[in-house]
Amino acid sequence: MATLSLRGVRKSYQAGFETIKGIDLDIADREFVVFVGPSGCGKSTLLRMIAGLEDITAGDLLIDGQRVNDVDPSKRGLAMVFQTYALYPHMTVADNMGFALKLAGVSKTERDAKVREAARILQLESYLDRRPKALSGGQRQRVAIGRAIVRQPKVFLFDEPLSNLDAALRGQTRVELLRLHEELAATMIYVTHDQIEAMTMADKIVVLQGGIVEQVGSPMELYNHPANLFVAGFIGSPRMNFLPVTVASGDGAGNGVVALADGNQVAVQMGEALPAPGTPLTLGIRPERLYWDPNGPFAGEGHLVERLGGLTLLHLTLTGGEELVVQTDGNDPVQPHVLVRSAVSPDECHLFGADGQALRRPGHIAQPPARPLPGEAPVVATATA
Amino acid sequence: MSAALDVENMPSQPHAVTPPPGSNERRLQRRMLPLVSPSVVLLLIWSIVPLVMTLWFSFQRYNLLDPTVTGFAGIDNYDFLVTDPDFWTSLVNTLVLVGSVLAITVVGGTLLAVLYDQPFLGKGIARVLAISPFFVMPTVSALIWKNLMLHPIYGIAGILWHAAGLQPVDWFANYPMWSVIIIVSWEWLPFALLILLTAVQSLDHSQIEAARLDGANAIQQFFYITLPHLGRAISVVIMIETIFLLSIFAEIFVTTAGGPGNATTNLAFLIYSRALLQFDVGGASAGGVVAIILANIVAFFLVRAIGKRLDI
Amino acid sequence: MRSSPLKTLLTTLLGWIVAFALFFPIFWMVLTSFKTELGAISTPPEVFFRPVITAYQEVQARSNYLHFALNSILISVGGTLVAMLLSIPAAYAMAFHPSHRTRSTLLWMLSTKMLPPVGVLVPIYLLFRTSHLLDSRIGLIGIYALMNLPIVVWMLFTFFREMPKDILEAGRMDGATTWNEVVHLLMPLTLPGMASTALLSLILCWNEAFWSLNLTSSSAAPLTTFIASFSSPEGLFFAKLSAASTLAVAPILVFGWISQRQLVRGLTFGAVK
Repeated sequence: MATLSLRGVRKSYQAGFETIKGIDLDIADREFVVFVGPSGCGKSTLLRMIAGLEDITAGDLLIDGQRVNDVDPSKRGLAMVFQTYALYPHMTVADNMGFALKLAGVSKTERDAKVREAARILQLESYLDRRPKALSGGQRQRVAIGRAIVRQPKVFLFDEPLSNLDAALRGQTRVELLRLHEELAATMIYVTHDQIEAMTMADKIVVLQGGIVEQVGSPMELYNHPANLFVAGFIGSPRMNFLPVTVASGDGAGNGVVALADGNQVAVQMGEALPAPGTPLTLGIRPERLYWDPNGPFAGEGHLVERLGGLTLLHLTLTGGEELVVQTDGNDPVQPHVLVRSAVSPDECHLFGADGQALRRPGHIAQPPARPLPGEAPVVATATA
Repeated sequence: MSAALDVENMPSQPHAVTPPPGSNERRLQRRMLPLVSPSVVLLLIWSIVPLVMTLWFSFQRYNLLDPTVTGFAGIDNYDFLVTDPDFWTSLVNTLVLVGSVLAITVVGGTLLAVLYDQPFLGKGIARVLAISPFFVMPTVSALIWKNLMLHPIYGIAGILWHAAGLQPVDWFANYPMWSVIIIVSWEWLPFALLILLTAVQSLDHSQIEAARLDGANAIQQFFYITLPHLGRAISVVIMIETIFLLSIFAEIFVTTAGGPGNATTNLAFLIYSRALLQFDVGGASAGGVVAIILANIVAFFLVRAIGKRLDI
Repeated sequence: MRSSPLKTLLTTLLGWIVAFALFFPIFWMVLTSFKTELGAISTPPEVFFRPVITAYQEVQARSNYLHFALNSILISVGGTLVAMLLSIPAAYAMAFHPSHRTRSTLLWMLSTKMLPPVGVLVPIYLLFRTSHLLDSRIGLIGIYALMNLPIVVWMLFTFFREMPKDILEAGRMDGATTWNEVVHLLMPLTLPGMASTALLSLILCWNEAFWSLNLTSSSAAPLTTFIASFSSPEGLFFAKLSAASTLAVAPILVFGWISQRQLVRGLTFGAVK
C-alpha cells in the first residue's frame, strides 16, 4: 500500500523566485500518474522533491500519511529511474541492481535471488555479468528499471525514462512499462514532456505549467474536457485549432451561435449558458472532429496537405484570415489551393473565455478512474474509451 | 570539452542559495563542513601567520647575528630599502627578467602551438620532446645551461663559436642577464606551448573552414580566428608565468649567485641574501612585503579571470 | 583536413627542428652522462663514443646519490599524500554539495597560491629554526603539502564536477552514505583524474627548488639541493654532473609525458582544458 499526498508544496531556489508554486495532489495506491508539461514547467523538480533529491521549501509531502519532507531519500521507500539511467559504469549489471541491497546489508544469497528475479522479469538474465558500456540503450534502460524493482519500493519514480531511446524502442518500452505496472501492482509516478506517453500510460495525468497544476484528470477527461486553453492545446495531436469568435446568440441553456472573423456562424452546444452576445471568445475544435460539408461555416483555401498514410492533414487559411487544420482520412483526395468548406458538430466545440478558462461542455462530470487499477477486480463491460 | 561555463551566462545555480533550516540539503551541507575545514584551516594558517610575521618583522630591528639590535624600527627598514641602490637594481632586474621571458614564451608559445596543431609526421613524439624542458628541475636546467651549453670553452655554444672562427663568449660574465633569461625561457616556453596548444585544439575547426570559404588566407585565419580564440588562454599563461617568474630563484642561485656585482640580483635573490647571508631579518622582511605587493597586483587580475570561468 | 604534400613536409621539418632544438640540452645531458670525464670536455665534442657508466658509479660512490634520491621520493610522495588526503574530502564536498560560500572559498584557496614564497622566507625560516624543522623531511613535506593543496583541490574539484551528478543521486536513492558514495562511486569513477592530480603534485614537489634550497642542507636534502651543489667551481665534472642530473630528471620526465594533457587543467586551475 502506498498513497502519496502533496499539500501546498512549494519550491524556491532564491527568495521571491518560485519554481513550484503550491501544488496539492493526491496519488492513490497502485495508480500510474504522469506529470506532463513543457520543459521548464517544474515537473522534474517536483519528482525530485518527492524523491528527496531536492528540498521542499514549503508544504508537506506525505507517503502513507507520514510526513517525509526531511526523511532521507533512501528511507522514503521510493526507487527512481533516471533519464540518463545513471547506471554505475564500473559495476556489472548484477552489481548495479544489487547495490542498494548490498548497502542495506542484505546477505549475498538473498541479494542474488532478488537480482535474478528482477532480471527474469526484465529478460536480462544473460547480461548479468556485463558492464553497462557493453549494453544497448534499451538494455541499459531495463537495468535501470531492474535496479528500481530489486528494492521493492512502495513508489516508482520515472524521470523521462524513454527520452534517450529511438522511436521504435520507445513504443515497445511503453508497453513493457505498462505490463510491469500490472505485474508489480505498484504506485508509479512518471515524468514526461510527451503528451502521447502521458495519454497512453496514465491512469491520471497531471498537467503542469510554470510551476502550477493546470489540470488533473484521466487521459480522456483531459482530452474531452480540457479546463483551459493551455491543456486544450497541450493534449491531443494534431493540436487543437483555436479561432477567435464573438458570441452571436445564446438560449441561456448552452445552445448558441458564435461568429467567425468572416462572419460565418457556427452553432455550439455547451453545458452552461453562453455569455452576452458580442463577447469575444476562443473557439477550440480538434482537427479530427472537422468534416467536409459544402455548407459548412469554415470556408478557406488549403495551402498545405500533409499525408501521413493513415490520415491526411489539410492546412487551411480561412476567408477571415485564421489558420485551421482539418484531419481527414488517409485516402482523402483533397488538393491544396482550392476553396473547401468544413463543419463541426455543435457538441464537439470548445469555448474559452478571455481568461483562458473553458466553458463547461455537456456531459462533464467528475471522472472515476478510467480503468481498474491493477490488482482490483476488473469491472466487467466497461466501454473502452 | 568545455564543461566549465562562463558564470555570467549561467542562471544562478540552484545550490548557491541557502536551503531552509532542517532540510536535507542543509543537513548535508553541514555534514560537509568537517570535510572542507581541515584544508581551509591549514591554508588559513599557512597564508596568514607568515604574512603577519613578515609584516611585523619589517617594522622591527632584528639581526640574527647581533642580538643587541632590537626594538621597533618604524619605517627605517623601508627607508633603508628604498635608499639602497641595490633594491632598485633588483626591482629593475626582476621586471626585465619577467618581461623578457614573458615576451619570448608567449610569442614563441603561440606560434609553436599553431605549428603543433598542424598534422605532420611523428607529431606526438615531436610534441613530447618539445614540452620536456618544463619537467626538468630548475637546478638541473641551470647547470646544464651553465656548463654543457654556455660554458665558454667546453659548452656547445663555445664550440660552435670556435668552429665559426669567432672568439668564444663567456656568457655568464658578459651577458649575465641574457643568460638567465635564456635558461628561464627554455623552461617556460614549453609551458606556454602546452597550455596554448590545448587551447588551440579546442577551436572548432569548422570556424577555420568557414573562414577559408570566406576567402581568408592563412595569416588572416591566424589573426582573425585563432588569436582571438586564444585570448583568454594567453592571459592565463601570462598571469601564471608572472606569479612564478617574480620568484625565480634557483636558476640565479646556481648560475650567477646574483652577479657579477648585482647584475642578476632580482628581488627574490636580494631578499634571500639579506635574510640568509646577512641575517638582516628586518630588511629582508621589508623586501618580502614589496614582493608580496607586487605579486598581489598580478594575482588580483588572475583570480578575477579564473573566477569568471568558475561555474558553481 | 586535406593539405598539400609540400605543406606537410614543411611543417614536419619545422616541427621536428623545433622539437629537437628544445630537447637538445636534455639529449646532450644524457649523452654526456655516458662519457668519461675527459671525453665530456673534449673538443670537438664526441658524438659517437663508447658509452661508459663510470660517471653513474662515481656519483653514487662519492656523494651517496641514493640518499638524496630517497629524500626526494619520501618528500614528494609524502607531500602529495598529505595534500591528497586533505583535498579529496574538500573537493568532494565543494563539487557535490556546494554552499553559497564554495565559490569564494575556492577563489581564496587559489589566491593563497599567489603568495610569493620569497615574501615569507624570513618567517618560515625562523619558525623552522626555532622548531628544529630545518633540514628535516617532515618540515619540507608539510611545506610541499600546503604549497600544492590549492592546486590539488582545484584539479580534483574540476574532475569531480565532470562526474554525472545523477550517478551519485542514484547512489543516494540506493541508500549510500557519504562514505559509501566516496568509496564505492566517486573513487572508482574518478580514478584517472585523481591519478593525474597526484602525478602533477609529485612533479611539482620533485622539482621544487626554493624551499628545498633554503630549508635543507644535507640530511633531508632532496635532489634539487644535491644538484645545486655541483654549481661550485670544484664540482665542474661534466660527466658526473650529467649523470646525477639525468637520474634526477628521468623519472619525472616520464611522469610528465604520461600526464601532459591533464596537467594543463591543474596548471591553469581549470581555466584552460
